[in-house]
Order: sequence, then structure tokens, then C-alpha cells
Amino acid sequence: MSMDKNQIAQRIAKELRDGFYVNLGIGIPTLVANYIPQGINVVLQSENGLLGMGPFPFEGEADADLINAGKQTVTTIPGSVFFDSAMSFGMIRAGKVDLTVLGAMEVAENGDIANWKIPGKMVKGMGGAMDLVASAKNIIVAMMHTNPKGESKLLSKCTLPITGKRCVKKIVTNLAVLEVTDKGFKLLERAPGVSVEEIKEKTEGKLIVDGDVPEVTFN
Amino acid sequence: MNKVRKNAVDALAGVKDGDVLMLGGFGLCGIPENCISALVDMNIRNITCISNNAGVDDFGIGLLLKKKQVKKMIASYVGENAEFERQLLSGEMEVELIPQGTLATRCMASGYGLPAIYTPAGVGTEVAEGKEVRNFNGKDYLLEMAFNSDYAIVKAWKGDTMGNLIYKETARNFNAVMALAGKITIAEVEELVPAGQLDPNQIHTPGIYVHRIFQGTNYEKRIEQLTVRKRG
Repeated sequence: MSMDKNQIAQRIAKELRDGFYVNLGIGIPTLVANYIPQGINVVLQSENGLLGMGPFPFEGEADADLINAGKQTVTTIPGSVFFDSAMSFGMIRAGKVDLTVLGAMEVAENGDIANWKIPGKMVKGMGGAMDLVASAKNIIVAMMHTNPKGESKLLSKCTLPITGKRCVKKIVTNLAVLEVTDKGFKLLERAPGVSVEEIKEKTEGKLIVDGDVPEVTFN
Repeated sequence: MNKVRKNAVDALAGVKDGDVLMLGGFGLCGIPENCISALVDMNIRNITCISNNAGVDDFGIGLLLKKKQVKKMIASYVGENAEFERQLLSGEMEVELIPQGTLATRCMASGYGLPAIYTPAGVGTEVAEGKEVRNFNGKDYLLEMAFNSDYAIVKAWKGDTMGNLIYKETARNFNAVMALAGKITIAEVEELVPAGQLDPNQIHTPGIYVHRIFQGTNYEKRIEQLTVRKRG
């Protein structure tokens, strides 16, 4: 059984530590906020200018002036603060954000990430992704292990234009948890019921399997 | 000193075809709605538009795109606009995409009197092509030039007759940085008050950066992605 999007988010949430400032990208990363472990307090940073992002507003209480970087209406929490876009990326570049979680189209075994452009197709732009990956201390990628055609997204080298170089530290896919090391993707955990063979078969980049690989557990 | 203008058309006096305009806002949040409508009505053409996003098909900068008033768009993310995509693919409009933090910081640098900045964003990517790379303390950075514009057009929540501005919530976004970067900065505000009515401790943009100010009307404040939860 591979993990669904919520389970990927739930597994990533285990990486959160008390006091972390965290930037969550659009898509699966946003779901991580639903699984913050009990007793762990984290502050969510939204790069459009908000620290301390709260949940979606109640029906009828949405405020057009209060959105997240995905342009969704959100709320504040006690201790929230607003700032402008220059300061927002200032704190990102200065390494004040402890953890960045984002999606990707491809990750290479050296930690390169591609997630902003498919040549020949519509280009939407990189938004804040290039700034985030260039500066984050710790980047976890949340993505499917393969693309809709069934091709591996964990590659020896990115085929798409990259967003940043040698920056990804960890990847959580529907099949596995992997760490980017000097020697390639190290398999840390496998999704419940997924075999090491299946992960090997679906990983085009170099995969390091060291002894028994435990199954993912959830909090 | 008289910075106060009657309305958007009055505040935009002198804006002409071919000008470089910065437009504040993030998505549709905090966009200068009155000035965008006036630019459409005034039919200013061949605009080079610097803005984080390009609006949606029928609101925000999308209204300028629909009338083909934009020659070049400089933005970080343009994903929500089908007319934009059509003009880009057909070659009718030039587009330069730059990282969001680079965009913000290039505006800031201009208002801080700095000609350029070094940033790690984009090192090793297409964005770095043709740019100086310099290594500081073992890490590579790109040289990015400060931005300047003929007119920076921003939206604030409250302003006073001296041009001091206060923004609301996340509508501060690019407004507060673009306000620093106009040869002429035009601010439209929801509430314009006499000097002395705003608490000097609470002002976000000092009036020295703002040349013209007016109280806007009929703010629609359209929500791009309405997300809510149920009570209980």
C-alpha cells in the first residue's frame, strides 16, 4: 500500500520540532499543517508576508486582505505578525526559517530540484521557490515517486530546468522516505507494504539500500 | 506641499504610453483597483508592468492585458490568467520571470539607494544566465540590479495628507516595497486623513516616498481562492 497525499503529509509532520518556523508550499506541503504533533508548537511562515498563519476562516468571515501565498483566505493566531515582501524574503535568505516543505517535478541524486518550468508548455513562473530553495537550511520535498506516465521523478540528473542546486535534504514520496547523501538517495523508510524492489525499480537515480529498511510509522 | 489628488485619473496625470509602471499587490490582494481601472479608461499603451502577478482574466492587471495595453510583463508568478498565456504563447507580449524575493529586494534596494544586491536565488538556474556570480564565504550569489520605475502605484489601507501610509494585514506585500521604488509614487488609500491623525509609531511607509495620494472608491477586493471551514 503506497501512502496517499495525507499520509505523506503526516509522515513529514514527524520532522517538525518544537519552536520551528516552517514554510509550507502549495499542494501536499499545505496538508502538513493538519498533522502537527501534540506538544509541538511551530510557526507557519507564508511568504506573502505573514508569520503565524492560522486555519481557514469560518464561513462568512473570510477577509480579502488576509491570504496565504497560495492566495487562499486564512486567519491569524495569537502572536501573528504581518510584514512586506522584502522582509519576508529577507528572513528566508537569512536562514531564519527552520524548515521548508515543497513539491517537485524532479529531484536529482545530488539534491538538485526542478519544480517551476516545463519548456514548451505554459510557464507559470517560479514565484518564491527559487528564493526558498537557495536559502533554506532544511528542505523536504513532498511528491509522488513517479509522474503520471509512470516515469521516476528521482533521477541521476534533472531533465527539466532546475529551481535550485544541491539543496534538497529529504524526500517523502508515496512509496518511500529518502535522504539525499553525497553518494545518492539513501532509502530510510518504505511505505507500508511497499517492497524495496518496487522502490528500486521506480527510482532512476542511484539508490542506496543499507540493511533492513523499516516501514513508515505514523504518530 | 500638496500631495492630495481628487481621484485616480487626477493622480495618474502625466502617465504616458511606454512608461514603466510598478503595480503593488499579491495576487488580487491589495491591488490598486482604482488606478488599474483608470489606466484602462485612459487607454495607456505599451506599458512595461512590474508586478508580482498578472491578475486574473477579468480583474486586476488582467483588465490591462485584455485591452493589450501591456508590452512587457515582469513578474514572479503568472499562473492564473488564460489571456496572459495566450498573449505570451503568440508572442504579442514579452515576459520576464524573476524570483519573488529578487523582485521584492530589487524594489527595496532602489528605495534604499543601493544600485544592486547579491542574492543566492537562481544560482545555477536559467535566471543566472548572463549575470555576475560572486562567492561570499563559500556560497555563490547573483548580482541583481535595483529596479526603478516611472510610476510606482500602490494601495494602502490608511494614508494622510503627508503621504504616510499604513497597510492592512497581508495587503502590505509588494505595496510597501514598490512604494519605495517609483520616480513618482502614487498611493490610493481606503481612508485619507489629515496629517496628525495617524499614529507616527504605526506608519509603514514614510510619506517622503509618496508623491501623490488619493482616497479610492468602490473597492471590490475580490477573493481569488475562497477557503473556509465549517463551524463546530
